[in-house]
Amino acid sequence: MSTQHLLSLLVENKPGILTRVAALFARRGYNIESLAVGTTEIEGVSRITVVVSLDGQPLEQVTKQLNKLINVLKIVELEEETSVARDHMLIKVRTDSSTRSQVLEAVTLFRARVIDVVSDAVVIEVTGNAAKCQAFLKVLEPFGIKELVQSGAIAVSRGSKSMSEKVIR
Amino acid sequence: MATETLTGAQALIRSLELLGVDTVFGLPGGAILPTYDPLMDSKKLRHILVRHEQGAGHAAEGYAAASGRLGVCIATSGPGATNLVTAIADAHMDSVPMLAITGQVNSFSIGTDAFQEADIVGITMPITKHSFLVTRAEDIPGVVAAAYEIATTGRPGPVLIDFAKDAQNGKFEFSWPPKIDLPGFRPITDPHGKQVQAAAELILKSHKPILYVGGGVIRADASKELLALAELLHAPVTTTLMARGAFPDSHPQHLGMPGMHGTVPAVTALQKSDLLITLGARFDDRVTGDIKSFAKGAKVIHVDIDPAEIGKIRHADVPIVGDAKVVILMLIAELKAQMKDSKPDYEDWWVFLNGLKERYPLGYNETEDGKLSPQYVIQRIGELSGPEAIFAAGVGQHQMWSAQFIKYERPNSWLNSGGLGTMGYAVPAAMGAKVAQPDRLVWAIDGDGCFQMTNQELATCTINNIPIKVAIINNSSLGMVRQWQTLFYNSRYSNTDLNTGTDTIMVPDFVKLGEAYGCLAIRVEKIEEVDAAIKLAMETNDRPVVIDFIVGRDAMVWPMVPSGISNDAVQYARDAAPIWDGDE
Ligand SMILES: Cc1cc2nc3c(=O)[nH]c(=O)nc-3n(C[C@H](O)[C@H](O)[C@H](O)COP(=O)(O)OP(=O)(O)OC[C@H]3O[C@@H](n4cnc5c(N)ncnc54)[C@H](O)[C@@H]3O)c2cc1C
Ligand SMILES: Cc1ncc(C[n+]2csc(CCOP(=O)(O)OP(=O)(O)O)c2C)c(N)n1
Ligand SMILES: [Mg+2]
Repeated sequence: MSTQHLLSLLVENKPGILTRVAALFARRGYNIESLAVGTTEIEGVSRITVVVSLDGQPLEQVTKQLNKLINVLKIVELEEETSVARDHMLIKVRTDSSTRSQVLEAVTLFRARVIDVVSDAVVIEVTGNAAKCQAFLKVLEPFGIKELVQSGAIAVSRGSKSMSEKVIR
Repeated sequence: MATETLTGAQALIRSLELLGVDTVFGLPGGAILPTYDPLMDSKKLRHILVRHEQGAGHAAEGYAAASGRLGVCIATSGPGATNLVTAIADAHMDSVPMLAITGQVNSFSIGTDAFQEADIVGITMPITKHSFLVTRAEDIPGVVAAAYEIATTGRPGPVLIDFAKDAQNGKFEFSWPPKIDLPGFRPITDPHGKQVQAAAELILKSHKPILYVGGGVIRADASKELLALAELLHAPVTTTLMARGAFPDSHPQHLGMPGMHGTVPAVTALQKSDLLITLGARFDDRVTGDIKSFAKGAKVIHVDIDPAEIGKIRHADVPIVGDAKVVILMLIAELKAQMKDSKPDYEDWWVFLNGLKERYPLGYNETEDGKLSPQYVIQRIGELSGPEAIFAAGVGQHQMWSAQFIKYERPNSWLNSGGLGTMGYAVPAAMGAKVAQPDRLVWAIDGDGCFQMTNQELATCTINNIPIKVAIINNSSLGMVRQWQTLFYNSRYSNTDLNTGTDTIMVPDFVKLGEAYGCLAIRVEKIEEVDAAIKLAMETNDRPVVIDFIVGRDAMVWPMVPSGISNDAVQYARDAAPIWDGDE
């Protein structure tokens, strides 16, 4: 049975760091479900959010190996109960005069937004946790999803503590 | 701070000098030419021109393994850099401190498929501890110092620096020491006191402990401390292929090597033990065999400087992250405190182990074709050369016999390629070792197959006055592969004949080849000639020596645990499993 884990990595923003991280997952036989990278509040430090699925392998081995990468500063696993995670999706849905209102109703229900409308399609933007986004997709599916783009999950812990606090600078 | 205007190339040479590097092995080409120019003037750096960059890499490894210091190799971009790849991978597997320096095309040409451009940083990412691409001259001192720090601190390993040609040519104000900025590199050397305490408690509760000693003890320079620990406990010791020499072979507590070609006492002791005191070893599959049936009844104390090794293969009941030397010293103090005046009682354990040692000593049968026994030749080389000599082996049967039949009494005397199993390691590694330790006798014990991969470095040895001795254990075949064909493929010898033996067309003739390289070269076929040949080699120091020992091709490496099988099934010799008493 495979389980999913969400890892947050603070890394030095050095050339090749994404390759090093991604290649390590591949080489050690771990599957990346999603990956998001961006700069942070600290100059020169980037944050990589990885959702990894494990088929019985220990998560510990991959975090230990990641820690050995010289440019990796810190790794934490964010648990569902103590953190917030968001996915971001852009969805192009087929519509016509008879279905448009139903689609728009779903958009309101899920607190999504319509960002482009033409006669036979709409582009919808939705943010939320993975479960909400999946549920929204289910609702839209019958109308016909022409195109789907999604960012990897990004996540942050709840409360006032910051992940970068103890990272020496 | 006083500064000086230098080119990047001058800064590279200066930085190496200031870090205490005294030897580099390499071969120039276009992209590294700027660096070779100031190298010519260096009074502190000896550059040894190799004949193939793989040789430079293994020479750097041999230099490091014999001396415990950083080994350095240099190559140009593209093919020069890719020729280093095998040696870099080898150093990575065996935790060898190594710095690989490569030239790269100009930074503005990177990514254009320029002449001799290869993405060597990308190619070597999975086989280096870290790598750098330098595109600005002013970054050079900091990067070189950081690379040195990374390669030699914590778990040692290879670091590659790729220098764009314009970075070598650029000028800047050089100052030393540079700031080393490695916020993500924090190796742990000092263990948790609580863990050491827990380890001591476990040890004193055990009845059948064994010290499972790995290459980390040699890297930590902790042999003396290990001896003290072993004698304090009076516990048995086994040394992996990478740890041969970490504990004296002559010591009565030493059971020999574990694993696929380990001794019956060592393999069995691990299987029957109730506590593995694992020091700088990594539960390699050549040691454990089928992991599910490995040392089933044992608890595990695992000491390693790399946290990722602990629990990777086998659960550790007491994990200890730290430097082996520091940990052993703390463990000794803790044990003494806990033991007070009592000593642990391993009497029954020793009765069992001594029985094994008596019944299953290492041995071999004479060959049936009347040719020399390879084991005999190797044993005599060891006996006549003595404990201070250095022995570098290739990969194959001769490597296993060298691990078994030479008696190692000190660390840094046995050099080989354990993790990667790189044929061609021996000659260049012996060369590097001789450069690092010129006063010691250095042998390359090589196979007829391995020797043909890197023997061109004999030219380097002759020209640079590096008088190594090469013993070719010539069985006219890729012997280790042939052994598997004998045992597992119905003696169908697919592509393992090398035709180098006396009853073949002998291509090449190793004596002629050795002579062509300026060596003293002789052939030995009879048992009466063996000692005299070895002594002649030992007395000849004005040039390298090559001895072509013609040995029987059917000799096999025993004991053996077939790959992937439980270590309970260790075979003492063909079709001869040890007989267990009912009481064990
Ligand atoms: C043909 C062939 C046959 C082989 N057969 C056998 C066999 O029968 N038996 C056998 O034993 N091997 C055999 N090997 C070798 C095997 O493949 C492995 O290379 C070897 O067993 C690994 O040795 P090790 O566990 O000592 O670890 P090493 O590879 O030496 O690793 C050293 C460990 O120590 C750690 N370390 C480094 N520095 C320190 C420090 N300062 N403090 C603490 N820890 C540190 C490292 O992190 C690492 O985990 C064979 C190889 C070949 C090519
Ligand atoms: C570069 C490389 N290629 C192939 C192998 C597989 N291999 C392992 S041992 C061996 C035979 C080595 O032959 P030789 O050097 O004559 O040693 P022997 O076993 O005969 O003592 C081979 C081909 C290897 N380890 N390394
Ligand atoms: Mg051979």
